[in-house]
Amino acid sequence: MLRDITLGQYYQADSVLHRLDPRVKLIGTIAYIIALFMCTNVWGYLAVTVFLCSIIVISKVPVKFMLKGMKAILFLIIITVCFNMFMTQGEVLVSFWRLKITKEGLIVAAKMAIRLSYLIIGSSLMTLTTTPNQLTDGLEKLLGPLKKIHMPVHEIAMMMSIALRFIPILMEETDKIMKAQMARGANFDTGNIFQKAKSLVPLLVPLFISAFRRANDLAMAMEARCYKGGESRTKMKPLKYQGRDIAGYLILVGFVAAVVATRWIP
Amino acid sequence: MSLIKTDKLSFDYIRRDEEGNVEAIVRAVDEVSLDIEQGDFIAILGHNGSGKSTFSKHLNAILMPTEGTVWVDGKDTGDSDNLWAIRETAGMVFQNPDNQIIGQIVEEDVGFGPENLGVETKEIWQRVEESLKAVGMWEYRKHSPNKLSGGQKQRVSIAGVLAMHPKCIVLDEPTAMLDPNGRYEVIRAARALNEVEKVTVILITHYMEEVIFADKVFVMDKGHIAMQGTPREIFSRVEELKAIHLDVPQVTMLAHELKKRGLNIPDGILTTEELVEALKKIR
Amino acid sequence: MSLIFNHVSHQYDPDAAIPVLALKDVNLKIEDGGFYGLIGHTGSGKSTLVQHMNGLLKPTAGEIYYEGRDICDKDFDIKSLRHEVGLVFQYPEHQLFEATVFEDVCFGPKNMGLSKKDAELRAFEALTQVGLDAEYFYASPFELSGGQKRRVAIAGVLAMKPKILILDEPTAGLDPKGRDDILNQIKKLHDEQGITIVLVSHSMEDVANYVDTIIVMNKGEVMYNDSPKNVFTHVEELEAIGLAAPSVTYIMRALSAQGFDVDLTATTTREAADTIINALSDRM
Repeated sequence: MLRDITLGQYYQADSVLHRLDPRVKLIGTIAYIIALFMCTNVWGYLAVTVFLCSIIVISKVPVKFMLKGMKAILFLIIITVCFNMFMTQGEVLVSFWRLKITKEGLIVAAKMAIRLSYLIIGSSLMTLTTTPNQLTDGLEKLLGPLKKIHMPVHEIAMMMSIALRFIPILMEETDKIMKAQMARGANFDTGNIFQKAKSLVPLLVPLFISAFRRANDLAMAMEARCYKGGESRTKMKPLKYQGRDIAGYLILVGFVAAVVATRWIP
Repeated sequence: MSLIKTDKLSFDYIRRDEEGNVEAIVRAVDEVSLDIEQGDFIAILGHNGSGKSTFSKHLNAILMPTEGTVWVDGKDTGDSDNLWAIRETAGMVFQNPDNQIIGQIVEEDVGFGPENLGVETKEIWQRVEESLKAVGMWEYRKHSPNKLSGGQKQRVSIAGVLAMHPKCIVLDEPTAMLDPNGRYEVIRAARALNEVEKVTVILITHYMEEVIFADKVFVMDKGHIAMQGTPREIFSRVEELKAIHLDVPQVTMLAHELKKRGLNIPDGILTTEELVEALKKIR
Repeated sequence: MSLIFNHVSHQYDPDAAIPVLALKDVNLKIEDGGFYGLIGHTGSGKSTLVQHMNGLLKPTAGEIYYEGRDICDKDFDIKSLRHEVGLVFQYPEHQLFEATVFEDVCFGPKNMGLSKKDAELRAFEALTQVGLDAEYFYASPFELSGGQKRRVAIAGVLAMKPKILILDEPTAGLDPKGRDDILNQIKKLHDEQGITIVLVSHSMEDVANYVDTIIVMNKGEVMYNDSPKNVFTHVEELEAIGLAAPSVTYIMRALSAQGFDVDLTATTTREAADTIINALSDRM
């Protein structure tokens, strides 16, 4: 059940997007989000839609796989839509009991739904096409200048990458411990909130112990392989901008400019 | 000088209570002196709690001796200046396959060690390729370690150590958590390292079948070296092994049983073929 | 009084384009008082099968009957099934969580709704049954050795007084002594308490010495369900699915090929020694 969450999990494929420098993708994602929130009219959304669709096609990630991941956050989108639909003041279209659906509400809700789902699809495209390691490498390099003000950039990147590696393992473990306690008659889904919280103890204690044991083992394994922090470390896959990355940046600039330009289209 | 030499190595685990006062001292390794020659396949046998794992962790300076000295390639592990040189010389593979893989992709994990050593990018790739091929995991280089079987994960870990070009690899119960197929894969990979790559292998285990190929076997009990010799010499002493809660391979056990019943069978039979030959002579 | 699998299949992901069946048309009968060995390599469906036995997983096709009642029926009390069919997972010591051994073993009986006194009585009994020294009863479970922790975890299930006890690889990671101790303890539970045992294992050698029926699983299907002697006659088939017969079986075959008149079905060293001595004395 917990393993079903596929949102943003790396999808192995051979595409230009996969080969793109992670820094381009990181900056690209930020630029994309800014562009998305600068849209004021249909033309803006059209530009973003065209951009998003072409990126999806280039990425070679099956749309079905992406939509499957979206299922998990569908609930969030529905809540936001409802909230906007009922809460916005304006010209009333339909009303029942104390709820009113207004014209303005519908428009805001539609905008919200589009923005949210575009936001999620767009940013999950980055994680779908970038291995967590590349991602942390990219972050480490982008945040590199912060080392000068004594930010432990390498350590943060390493922590993130280890966390990402162990999330699936710990999820599987959660599943296992839950089943083992259920075999001893434990109940995880009935009772009031306090009983529920209490019933989590037999799950959380073993889980924490296991996480600490793993952390301890891993630290030892890393030391045994001569890990001594970021100093004097070389890279197996150093980040170097290629022609396609420059092209990527140019396309991004063009895209943001286009979206900004749509603001003046009446 | 031999590759690894220990002189009266002892190690105490100190247990402290909540205030930090010493509650108990447990001597895990007790005055162990041994020599390991370059190029050998060494097995260290012992039941859980015999001190074999604690001992092995001294060989790449994860633990420091309480008393005595360990030299790896002539360097004293107690001297902190030697730390990284020793860890580069003696690599280590641990028991739990999940808790020692750092990379998210097989090839990135194998590259982790060389990256730490500051090896140049081009050479890292060469080393990764060589190491993965040596353990037969080259086809899996782009896979996520989470999707591999236990035996495959351990082979990736071995490749990760091999890529650091150590003179010696210490395998600390690498098969304890694996199924029979995984165990076989890992032992085969370890033997190949020794025979083809000429790396000294030190295998810590409690499975008897895994040590019959070793050049030399050390049996540990209560922190001491209880026996040492070739596998044949060790497995000739069935009663002594039983007394320290160790098994012998089933063939050896059967030969021993037959001998006890009065048949004239030599000691230390290790394979089915040897037993059949011995019985043919009696017939 | 038994557990019956009738054409049971299980599919983990019902939406998958290509259906992958973790269990395929399994028909089984776990008889009262039996000692079963369940063998198969990793991914053969053993774990899925045992999780059906106490209702942690439900079949996607077929039925499971416990004492004549379909466990998928709406009015079937699945919680009471879990008390009667105890399941000890692999590395069960990883589920220990209480401050003392004793409290941890009480967890199961308490979940059954027993009073504190009854739960403690059962915990005491269960810990005695697994042979843990009383001096450890009030120790923290995390201070025990690997073998001791495992006993505590087994006691945690035993304290619910199951009629069927399923153990998934109870000897994984233990040394020979720990392995023998646990297996002998399980045998005692079977012989003295009359508990039905299902022992999941990779190791034919372990199983051959203890069980009276071996169930071999391959790719979600039951391949063999027979006495050890009969199962081990299929050496080639077992090897083809990544398993092996006990070494003794191979020795007997090698001897037979050299013209020794030995009993090919010998599976333990003692049986093997007997038949070799016999074969030799016949000739002399």
